[in-house]
Amino acid sequence: MVAMPAPDTSVLSRREAIVSALREIVPGEGVIANDVAMRPYESDGLTAYRQLPMVVVLPETTEQVSKILSYCYENSIKVVPRGAGTSLSGGALPLADGVLLGMGKFNKVLEIDYPNRAVVAQPGVTNLGITKAVEGSGFYYAPDPSSQIACTIGGNVAENSGGVHCLKYGLTTNNVLGVEMVLMTGEIVRFGGKHLDAEGYDFLSLIIGSEGLLGVVTEVTVRILKKPETARALLVGFPTSEAAGDCVAKIIGAGIIPGGMEMMDKPAIHAAEAFVHAGYPLDVEALLIVELDGPEAECNHLIESVSAIAKGCGAVTLRASTSEEERLKFWAGRKAAFPAVGRISPDYYCMDGTIPRAKLPLVLSRMRELSEKYGLLVANVFHAGDGNLHPLILYDANKEGELERAENFGSDILRLCVEVGGVLTGEHGVGVEKRDLMPSMFNKTDLDQQLRVKCAFDDKGLLNPGKVFPELHRCAEMGRMHVHGGKTAFPDLPRF
Amino acid sequence: MQDAIKPRDVNDVAEAVASAAAGEKRLELIGRGSKRELGRAVQTDATLDLSALSGITLYEPEELVLSARAATPISEIEKALEERKQELAFEPMDYGPLLNKARGEGTIGGAIAAGLSGPRRIKVGSARDFMLGVSAVSGRGEIFKAGGRVVKNVTGYDLPRLLAGSWGTLAVMTDITLKVLPRAEDCATVLLFGASDSHANEAMSAAMGSSCEVSAAAHLPQWPADNVAELDAPGKSVTALRLEGVPQSVAYRKTKLQELLRPFGALGSLDATKSRAFWKSIRDVAPFADRTERTVWKISTTPSLAPGIAAGINAATGAHYYYDWAGGLLWLEMPGDKPEENAVRTTLAGRGHATLIRASAAARASAEVFEPLDPVRAAISQRLKSSFDPKGVLNPGRIYAEG
Repeated sequence: MVAMPAPDTSVLSRREAIVSALREIVPGEGVIANDVAMRPYESDGLTAYRQLPMVVVLPETTEQVSKILSYCYENSIKVVPRGAGTSLSGGALPLADGVLLGMGKFNKVLEIDYPNRAVVAQPGVTNLGITKAVEGSGFYYAPDPSSQIACTIGGNVAENSGGVHCLKYGLTTNNVLGVEMVLMTGEIVRFGGKHLDAEGYDFLSLIIGSEGLLGVVTEVTVRILKKPETARALLVGFPTSEAAGDCVAKIIGAGIIPGGMEMMDKPAIHAAEAFVHAGYPLDVEALLIVELDGPEAECNHLIESVSAIAKGCGAVTLRASTSEEERLKFWAGRKAAFPAVGRISPDYYCMDGTIPRAKLPLVLSRMRELSEKYGLLVANVFHAGDGNLHPLILYDANKEGELERAENFGSDILRLCVEVGGVLTGEHGVGVEKRDLMPSMFNKTDLDQQLRVKCAFDDKGLLNPGKVFPELHRCAEMGRMHVHGGKTAFPDLPRF
Repeated sequence: MQDAIKPRDVNDVAEAVASAAAGEKRLELIGRGSKRELGRAVQTDATLDLSALSGITLYEPEELVLSARAATPISEIEKALEERKQELAFEPMDYGPLLNKARGEGTIGGAIAAGLSGPRRIKVGSARDFMLGVSAVSGRGEIFKAGGRVVKNVTGYDLPRLLAGSWGTLAVMTDITLKVLPRAEDCATVLLFGASDSHANEAMSAAMGSSCEVSAAAHLPQWPADNVAELDAPGKSVTALRLEGVPQSVAYRKTKLQELLRPFGALGSLDATKSRAFWKSIRDVAPFADRTERTVWKISTTPSLAPGIAAGINAATGAHYYYDWAGGLLWLEMPGDKPEENAVRTTLAGRGHATLIRASAAARASAEVFEPLDPVRAAISQRLKSSFDPKGVLNPGRIYAEG
């Protein structure tokens, strides 16, 4: 288990005063200080970690957020922002000496602007809520993380969420136009808007995916797209995962970028089929779902091209959807893969590495070895188009030592992803979960540069500490430069 | 004559920057110098000539990924991609024609540092949207990396995208990894003739809000439309909408788009070859390339506000202009060599941001080149700069005055 920073006793001793000060800012039921009522906030989607916060505050206006942060800054109190709490990496795990800042009451769509194809929403609006607000006019918001029914757009900004369609339509960072946010000092600032290019530095790039460490987002402007006229899916079974991987490479090599391209391995196929009866073939080692979208003529043409490629790669089963019901049925199994695995195992641990796609066979075979080593089964679902792998490690938390084994197995998988040229996390975030693995991907200089950026936003290190970075440093130390009045080994500029 | 430092590799870069930081010297970063006249004029002690850091180091078409050293010419990258029917989908503009310089001189590092894009910006984004990973040297002379070589990656802050559009003021990029995409097999352009600015704005909005997947939308008033070779002197305004994809799809969408646009006025079209040439002209601001003494501004704004802004600036200055990005990008050519900053910024009134693109050195010294920031954003920009470059070594003052 990853250790969180030790609580500051001087802050805890002031708890009563802090709670009353927050009640001054957010009247009524917006401040929660009793243990029973705070219980729902003790963990997020990474349920192995639990911690009651010092106090929960649920502001309703940007001004309240500003006052809360300004008060906490003045009094050196840590703050953990939270959206819907669906993070799978512990990004919203509370701190015993911290204020849990819940943004759930920011739940309104503020503006729908069809002429400029933009929606302005408060951060607590769900991802799907944005699409729901505009689908009557045939529009949608493209990034669609699997948790889209519950996860909020503010949380999506914090994590740079993806989804199954991001190879073609991009991640959150490619679909957000602007934010209003509150800095730890309480200052309110806007970056971007309905225009496209950044004015000055591209702060949106930094803020999106910053896991709540740089500021608290209070408003988000996203771009919306017109729904494609049609979508069709292909369900293709392969005798080996190598053949499936080869097929994915050839599809992209042929210049086709499918709307979605998902792969499942045999354990995942069986679990999904048993759960939703999607009609998946059970005698294959790998299953691909390839979705093509656009005008009907384009879809039909591409379905033929992809089918031909799949046959050439040794596909043993091949079905093209002929109706919207059938297309959705193809997807039903994939979308339910996590709960399906949940049915066959008391607990499962979901990993999120990304690898260069060509390394898939190697990674799968190494994963089988690890599975034997740890004595735990693993099922794989894979965003095949973009190389994002979700191994689900099956374990039983009630069995002595199994959680620890699952965590170690997971860490080995992620180190393997980095070793083959990939990364620790594709879309779930570093959070608490992968914090201590950061040095396997970044050296000290790399991490120090990131920490210095953090210091530019939060010089006291009060926003979401204990997440993302394995070591905390004082910003004053980070800023120091070891230069001695110009008297170094290179008093003059070198000339090459 | 300024000192020139020409590093051979990333270690040389680190040593040069560390020495400069130690000696309180300031460096101007140069790839091949094609965009040296953009941004605020910098006063430095030496140039850091990065041209030796060149060459593609990794290209895997089936993984849609390419890595290159920072000073690799864009032309070299585009050629390698073309051989595999791929491209830099963000269509980086070539500033050569507009700045009265040679074409095709830019480097990939320069394209990223300037945050370039092209007409396809409205569909796929700009340079920042294709940045996957970077190796760079900070103003402290330290080599760091960020990002990776895979599309989906949320490990740590997204510093690669931040460096896009940072004009070399935060770090010296030495190696860049980009997402690349297949080139569309076919393209066509639908033209609408004679629409007023506001009518054209509505037409572009309707097209962008349809399922036609328009990949570029521009509107040119009669002048400069008459100054665009591919349009054959139409004698009236031209609104142009591009469609790209497989031929079956382009043909279908073209018919559909024409039906949608018919109520707006007379229609025409450009075939694939003419389309490609036309959009390159729009991308590179060819309509304003020939009178090099005139000041050129660029404004990024909310598309529906653009006609009002253009009319206001035109009334105050007599500027010519045209719209790209369905109205979201406004290119303006002033009648003379004065910057007319006051008229531009007063009319814009914070509804977007304006950048002075082509102007004499004197004009660039007297006007703010980039949109001035409010105090909170100015302060955080300064802190961000210091977090990378505490001594102000790298391109000091290129974006904002430092002091």
